[in-house]
Amino acid sequence: MIGADALVNLDAALRETPVRDALLELERDLIGLAPVKRRVRDIAGLLLLSKLRAQAGFETDRPTLHMSFTGRPGTGKTTVAMRMAKILHLLGYVRKGHLVVATRDDLVGQYVGHTAPKTKEVVKRAMGGVLFIDEAYYLHRPENERDYGAEAIEMLLQVMENHRDDLVVILAGYGDRMDTFFRSNPGFHSRIAHHLEFPDYSVDELLAIAEGILEQQEYAFDDASRAAFREYLGHRITQPHFSNARSVRNALDRAKLRQASRLLERGGQVPRDELRRLDEQDIRQSRVFRGGE
Amino acid sequence: MRITQGTFSHLPDFTDEQVRAQVQYCLDNDWPVSVEFSDDPHPRNVYWEMWGLPMFEAKDAAAVMLEIDGCRKAHPETYVRVSGYDRRLGRQTTALSFIVQRPSHEPGFRLDRQEAADRQVRYSTHAYATDRPAGERYR
Repeated sequence: MIGADALVNLDAALRETPVRDALLELERDLIGLAPVKRRVRDIAGLLLLSKLRAQAGFETDRPTLHMSFTGRPGTGKTTVAMRMAKILHLLGYVRKGHLVVATRDDLVGQYVGHTAPKTKEVVKRAMGGVLFIDEAYYLHRPENERDYGAEAIEMLLQVMENHRDDLVVILAGYGDRMDTFFRSNPGFHSRIAHHLEFPDYSVDELLAIAEGILEQQEYAFDDASRAAFREYLGHRITQPHFSNARSVRNALDRAKLRQASRLLERGGQVPRDELRRLDEQDIRQSRVFRGGE
Repeated sequence: MRITQGTFSHLPDFTDEQVRAQVQYCLDNDWPVSVEFSDDPHPRNVYWEMWGLPMFEAKDAAAVMLEIDGCRKAHPETYVRVSGYDRRLGRQTTALSFIVQRPSHEPGFRLDRQEAADRQVRYSTHAYATDRPAGERYR
């Protein structure tokens, strides 16, 4: 217990917390997502301070930690959830810090009485960690009132309330559909403390992501193919079914495919670096440039 | 007569907090934990009813405590035990097992003597509780 007029060393607390490394890592590894990173930092700060308050002898409730992640596909929701689980573990708010990803299929049963045990099984697996429910709005099917999704929702609400100490629930999905979902299930909305919105990436950020992926896989753009890929992204962003980082990864996979057949068709002897380099042609052959999908 | 068996038979019954700590120890060692119940107190009764499957996927004791409480609620006034199984090659056996619930009244055992041929005497233990049919023994 610290005396009433004692000083609390915030610098030391900040320096000593292992969360600092996790936050720096988050900052470094994830491209873009500035508002999300800021929110994660804020949340980590709040939790750290509430620890300090407890040490100083102030009244502290365990803060509600359930969150919702909204954003278009491929904006990094699952990745951030994984980091979040780690941060919460480092701060001591979850005991194990693992992430369990579940969708409607994992939670909702096929027949009467099947849903409750199924949901319970997933919840039990997630205890001590974070339960990440992807596309949570599929749990609720307003057009079918005999749908078992309602049962899963009821159980989740109960768990979020009664087992707040045991697990953290993160609901994720598209922004507008999540809004509808929360409107029809006000219970969820009131139990969720943090709403994080994931913005779409800009072309520059997508290009940076592409470079990162290529570097990991030991491929590389040259100047011409980099320009081509930037142009490609400019087209691709406006097309339907664009899913940010995931689309980038798929486009690169296709480019690698074309590179392989280009090299093999050419035959003969090539410098070692050619095996790494993606040519402009590998990008330009994409249907996207011809106005296709 | 207070029945004892398992790893901590020499100790008084655990509190829930102590049970949770033991379960977490099992999970940290990668021993799947299972919950079983029975109303036959005989020491040779080794096959108890299982309360669900062993929890292979649980990482935190909270999940197991949930099942223990579920079993206690569904089967009050019976014995409930928790066991952790070590599946490693070379061991493959129950690593730890202990009772987490017992009936409020345990009537105990009597010794039966059977006189066999040639003045032999055969002994057996008979649990008073088993005089009544299964399911009605500790009502």
